[in-house]
Amino acid sequence: MTEINTLNSVVQVAGLSLDFVTKDGIVSALSEVDLTIESGEFVSFIGPSGCGKTTLMRVLADLETPTAGRVQVNGMTPSQARQQRAYGYVFQAPALLPWRTVQDNVTLPLEIMGKSKAEQQALSHEYLQLVNLDGFENKFPWQLSGGMQQRVSIARALSVEPQLLFMDEPFGALDEITRDHLNDQLLRLWQATKKTVVFVTHSIPEAVFLSSRIVVMSPRPGRIIDVIDCNFPLDRTLDIRETPEFLAIAQRVRQGLQAGHSYDD
Amino acid sequence: MTTNKGNSIPVITVIMAIIVIWYAGAVQLNSPQIIDRYVKKNVDWSFTQLAMDSWSMKRAVLPAPHQVAIELKKTIIDKNVTSKRSLVYHAAITLSSTLLGFVLGTSLGIVLSIGIVYVVTLDRSLMPWIITSQTIPILALAPMVIVVFGAMGISGLLPKALISMYLCFFPVTVGMVKGLRSPSPMLVDLMATYHASQWQVFLRLRLPSAVPFLFASLKVAIALSLVGAIVAELPTGGQAGLGSRLLSGSYYGQTNLIWAALIVAAVMSASLVSIIGYLERYVIQRLAGGQADPQVTS
Repeated sequence: MTEINTLNSVVQVAGLSLDFVTKDGIVSALSEVDLTIESGEFVSFIGPSGCGKTTLMRVLADLETPTAGRVQVNGMTPSQARQQRAYGYVFQAPALLPWRTVQDNVTLPLEIMGKSKAEQQALSHEYLQLVNLDGFENKFPWQLSGGMQQRVSIARALSVEPQLLFMDEPFGALDEITRDHLNDQLLRLWQATKKTVVFVTHSIPEAVFLSSRIVVMSPRPGRIIDVIDCNFPLDRTLDIRETPEFLAIAQRVRQGLQAGHSYDD
Repeated sequence: MTTNKGNSIPVITVIMAIIVIWYAGAVQLNSPQIIDRYVKKNVDWSFTQLAMDSWSMKRAVLPAPHQVAIELKKTIIDKNVTSKRSLVYHAAITLSSTLLGFVLGTSLGIVLSIGIVYVVTLDRSLMPWIITSQTIPILALAPMVIVVFGAMGISGLLPKALISMYLCFFPVTVGMVKGLRSPSPMLVDLMATYHASQWQVFLRLRLPSAVPFLFASLKVAIALSLVGAIVAELPTGGQAGLGSRLLSGSYYGQTNLIWAALIVAAVMSASLVSIIGYLERYVIQRLAGGQADPQVTS
């Protein structure tokens, strides 16, 4: 088991296991997971469906309770971190409240935290601008495209100004052109805000393009089979996806995914 | 969609058809009595004569539409509203107990639904009783309630409103339970990531999600509430209200009276349901910026 003592670590996981009890018996969703994420990293979890990548992130966000192991987020238990609103969470779907305008959706967490009206206004304005949605404050979610809705939900997660951002396949439901565009925007956003991002995806190019580190996972039981460093220049554009260096890392991720699958089917 | 000009022709056609069928039915149902009379008096008669006579009987089995219209004019327009013969007077009495019962029933329904959604024990223990309560025929229950309350010295509005409440809390409870549980697990998780309190989740997520369900239930509830009020007026022995008018009409064979009261009740019920409909449109408009049917984005 890895010894945890790095002061700078935002996320520390040691010997984490999580079993779900279903009517067909116990399913091991995560088994013996060790992971440390440093401040300012962009870490992607990649793997086929059922490999526990979303479950791992939900454990970090205190939306699932692990069966065994130690987990620390910002030096606290996930539960304490959640209570201190230490992270922002972006779901697979925009998860906007349809009866609230764009602006009111962004201020929702701020209202819950009891921020003043002026602060709510200022923060929602700032982060809607950051995701290029100024001018849409008074629109309702159904008046926006899927990509714009997801940007609203990113602005909402950023508005509480967390140092840590969890993103669970945020662009999974979008078309490829929109996805490329948002990947580019997210990269700029990460560089501008210096936040720690934990990102779940099943798209290899997305993971390689965005991440500073890629965690490759495999199902039944969910576990980490490879961790790949991936430090492309900060000013990279989508064009680097054609370079040999990019393709080499993508190849290694793909091999990892295949190895995890081989004895399974 | 709002009603436009193109919709009025089919509506008028249907109304015309109903009136024609009604007149024909009046001849069909009333003619045996009239023919009997003709035979006794030994007079010659034509079909025109028969039709005219069946449309102007004093105590017809089925009075003709114009007879009911005359009765409505007589009891609504010609009578002073404070008169015991005025249908407006009786309708107002029924309406007041309908509305009181509706308010009580809706409140009870909402309170029960919140209890069921938030307290596991109530979910298990209350729901079977609520369903059982609705299997008891209201016609059997109403006289008992009226008599018991009467023995306790309570009569008039409250016992009637209680019958209405008994009928209309049910759809509200069922609708609100479904509505309060309608937010997707993702939205519930979202609120958890904000460390929102139970009260904040209720106010900002569950209650707004339940609004469309609430209005669907309210439309059923208000119609049931009127049924409850009329049923509750039957055993009071023809004192006041549309129910007592129906009863005295059938005591004295005054079918005109029955039909007039029936039409007033139907118009009242339709108006109440459409008022709720307008209220719904207004509230949903305010809630979702004009989207007719807000779906939770998920």
